[in-house]
Amino acid sequence: MVSILWAFLIVIGIIYAFLNGNVSIINESILVNANKALELIISFLPTIVLWTGIMKIAEDAGLLTKFSNFLRPVLSKLFPSVPKDNKALGYISSNIAANMLGLGSAATPFGLKAMIELQKINDNKNRASQAMITFLVLNTAGVTIIPTLIIALRLGYGSKNPTEIIAPAVLSTMCSSIAAITIDYFIRRKK
Amino acid sequence: MKIVSIIVLPIVVLLIVLYGYIKKIDIYASFLNGAKEGMEIVVNIAPAILAMVFAVNIFLDSNVLNFILMPINKIMHFPSEILSLAFLRPISGTASLSIMTNIFKIYGPDSFYGRLSSVLQGCTDTTIYVIALYYGSIKVSKTRYTVFVGLMADLVGIVMAFILTNIFF
Repeated sequence: MVSILWAFLIVIGIIYAFLNGNVSIINESILVNANKALELIISFLPTIVLWTGIMKIAEDAGLLTKFSNFLRPVLSKLFPSVPKDNKALGYISSNIAANMLGLGSAATPFGLKAMIELQKINDNKNRASQAMITFLVLNTAGVTIIPTLIIALRLGYGSKNPTEIIAPAVLSTMCSSIAAITIDYFIRRKK
Repeated sequence: MKIVSIIVLPIVVLLIVLYGYIKKIDIYASFLNGAKEGMEIVVNIAPAILAMVFAVNIFLDSNVLNFILMPINKIMHFPSEILSLAFLRPISGTASLSIMTNIFKIYGPDSFYGRLSSVLQGCTDTTIYVIALYYGSIKVSKTRYTVFVGLMADLVGIVMAFILTNIFF
């Protein structure tokens, strides 16, 4: 699927540019993009390294286990294939909590570690397990309570009430999360 | 709410460091161990990010998006920026964010379109990007129905964003 999307973006983009005689833009784009990617990687490298460090303290001190204990009743219902004492549940709950608070860059390392743990209990290493799918659709449905970046940008562009969008944003994000869990549940039951 | 988003990060760091200290673990060694793991994670995902940035930017720079969205633009009288935002939100966070700031610049953050774009940006995550990143990091290539469910949920979120912005403002 990722291969299809990747090819689609590149092929459609280049062919359309050829048809329009805009190839010079694409030429420039190809040359500049590698730099943009490096900038992006360098921009989040410190945050990820810092947060995995902080997270490791929480993990070693047993905080992560406590946190996952708190979310366990809900999580074990959503992830029936993951053993109840598995580390993945702790990472998943930390990832979801960080996302809820709008700490997107802090959530990513938790999420990546959750995937590593889920991969350990995956029968077919090449194929996504049901738990991975549930986790990803829940993650991408974006349960954000505090959209920090949007509020900051609204403030920057002179909004009189930058936080007024929180209520509709939270409600729509909840609808999309409920939709994700529901659709996932029905597909799972059919298989 | 503003104060919450400011204090949440320092409080989390404070609690974790204090808790580790009270539990008498070697917090500094733990931090360094974790940071080393973080470096490995970044090195592992770097090629996937480079691949996605490369493809997304070719797609955006070609301007094909305007062409694809033309029929929808004719039926619904929304500015093409809003439709591009809704379309691009699941694909690229940086791209949709820059479109949102464009809308703020043109219409203002407190206009209907400014609010709508804020809610749209806040209601979902970069589904395609996250799926590619997370599966890429553990080398899973058969993603099965993940993208379908993810995009269906996004669609629900986007439709709700339109409805709720109309109700709230």
